[in-house]
Amino acid sequence: MISIQSLTHQYQNGPNLNFTDWEIQDEEQWLLLGASGSGKSTLLNIVSGLLKPTSGSVKLNGTEIYSLSLKDMDRFRGQNIGIVFQKPHLIKSLNIYDNVALASSLAGIKLDKARIFSLLASLGLENKKRNFPDELSQGQLQRVSIARALLNNPSLLIADEPTSSLDDENAENVIDILTEQAKENHASLVIATHDKRVRNRISKEYLL
Amino acid sequence: MNILKLSTKNLLRNKLTTFLNIILVAFGIAILSILFLASTQIGNKLEQNAKDIDLVVGAKGSPLQLILSSIYHIDFPTGNIPLKDATELMQNPMVKKAVPLALGDNYQGYRIVGTDSGFVGLYGLKLSAGKFWSKDLEATIGSTVAAEAKLKVGDKFFGAHGLSDASDEHKHHAYTVTGILQIQGNVTDNLILTNIGSVYKMHEPDHDDHDVHPEEAEIDNKEITSILIQYRSPMSVVIFPRMVNQSTNMQAASPAMESARLFSLIGVGIETLKWFAVLIMAISAMSVFISLYNSMKEKKYDLAIMRCLGASKSKLFFLVMIEGLLITVSGAILGLFIGHLAIQIIGMYQESAQARLTGLYFVNDEFYLIIAGLFIGIIASIIPALQTYRVDIARTLSKDK
Repeated sequence: MISIQSLTHQYQNGPNLNFTDWEIQDEEQWLLLGASGSGKSTLLNIVSGLLKPTSGSVKLNGTEIYSLSLKDMDRFRGQNIGIVFQKPHLIKSLNIYDNVALASSLAGIKLDKARIFSLLASLGLENKKRNFPDELSQGQLQRVSIARALLNNPSLLIADEPTSSLDDENAENVIDILTEQAKENHASLVIATHDKRVRNRISKEYLL
Repeated sequence: MNILKLSTKNLLRNKLTTFLNIILVAFGIAILSILFLASTQIGNKLEQNAKDIDLVVGAKGSPLQLILSSIYHIDFPTGNIPLKDATELMQNPMVKKAVPLALGDNYQGYRIVGTDSGFVGLYGLKLSAGKFWSKDLEATIGSTVAAEAKLKVGDKFFGAHGLSDASDEHKHHAYTVTGILQIQGNVTDNLILTNIGSVYKMHEPDHDDHDVHPEEAEIDNKEITSILIQYRSPMSVVIFPRMVNQSTNMQAASPAMESARLFSLIGVGIETLKWFAVLIMAISAMSVFISLYNSMKEKKYDLAIMRCLGASKSKLFFLVMIEGLLITVSGAILGLFIGHLAIQIIGMYQESAQARLTGLYFVNDEFYLIIAGLFIGIIASIIPALQTYRVDIARTLSKDK
């Protein structure tokens, strides 16, 4: 369960952002909606443990994440939060298998090969394990980054504008994959978007 | 996957840059290792050969030449000295041990040295086969001579006049090999030892031949080339050479002083090369730094994503450090390998067997070269590595690439 309470963030020389309280139950799926500049990315970064808020609390499964030390927070994020970015951000020097496997070794979790294979298979990537990122299409890369985000069985899966650079068909696919995979892996899902194609797929909305 | 593997993969992605950087480091290290190897080996050889010899007395001329010819058997002798004067000097109370040398002949480029049993004691020679020479025309040969000229005990060979070429053989008298020395690791490996009488015999007037040998005059007056001297007490260092140089027609030269002088002559060149190598290493450090620094721009996303996946800042710091260190340390190891290989090849083409270099020789200083490689790696990668601390993950990843 994730809860945020009386969260504010003040950018240097920037606007002061206030966020209404929000509770996400286990395995719930939410949309995070808002015009650009409304603080969508800011909230997402705060929830992912990437950006310390000026005040307020973010709790994930009972852990107050901003009370952790920087190093512990990095590890906590690695183990509990999976993030899918707008761009896949894969590491070019590693093949697809290694890119996914990296998620467990960096989070300090024992490597589970079978899990990687089944994840890649469920995303239709079983033939691409030994390929390098520059040999894959944009849609395939996005799926690899979803596999990477899900590898450690996170309790929260966050996707930041996952469809904005994809065509209709791929966008539809990615939404399917995200919702299905989140359900299969028992993770809560938050998708930040301003994409109309996504809105009619998920009912719960948090508006900024 | 650990960070070592990750660093390696990153390096392999930019193969050419990595290759160039490794080569640069290796080049600098190789020059330094060649210098270290050559100068210690030459220094050791010089020292070993002159270990127990305090002074060399020979004909007047260049003292360095006298040392080179009588101890290292490289240069030509300065001339001869009368046996009568030499014997007088050898009986001087300040002299503990004196060994006469008579040079002038060679066999296949190996010098034939006429001497007495004192030579055996002076160099601590041991036999691996046969016995030491005792009569005229008996010879005991060094281990290298035996191996390269393929001589065994009982074999006969003809000496040739001169110290290097074989054009003028003494056909009338053949030497018989009576013994072969153990490997001594010094100049005696390359010598053929015999008694002084044999050398005289070679140069006796030839009765069948009516040509007048230029050596004839020498023989009549019995001359030798030089004497190797060991002092009875260290006090003699000051008095004895001066006495020889002033009151006799001979000159005294100290091996220690002459080798020091020789080293100071070639020292300038070594020093210049050293600085050249240091310059190359500085350039290599700069090149590694620039490549790492430039790649940081591209790597910013990788680092941010790795932070996202749970890597701590210190882990990423080491990731970049290890990249730099991998380049410089593998460069250092490659450099040492090149250095040894080069020395080995130089040794193979060397003319004078007396100072042959070998690549299968290691000096402690080489350990410092590895340290130097580590040091360059640290210097070159510390600034790029510290940049990892400044990467703002949230901003980097939400920005469009």
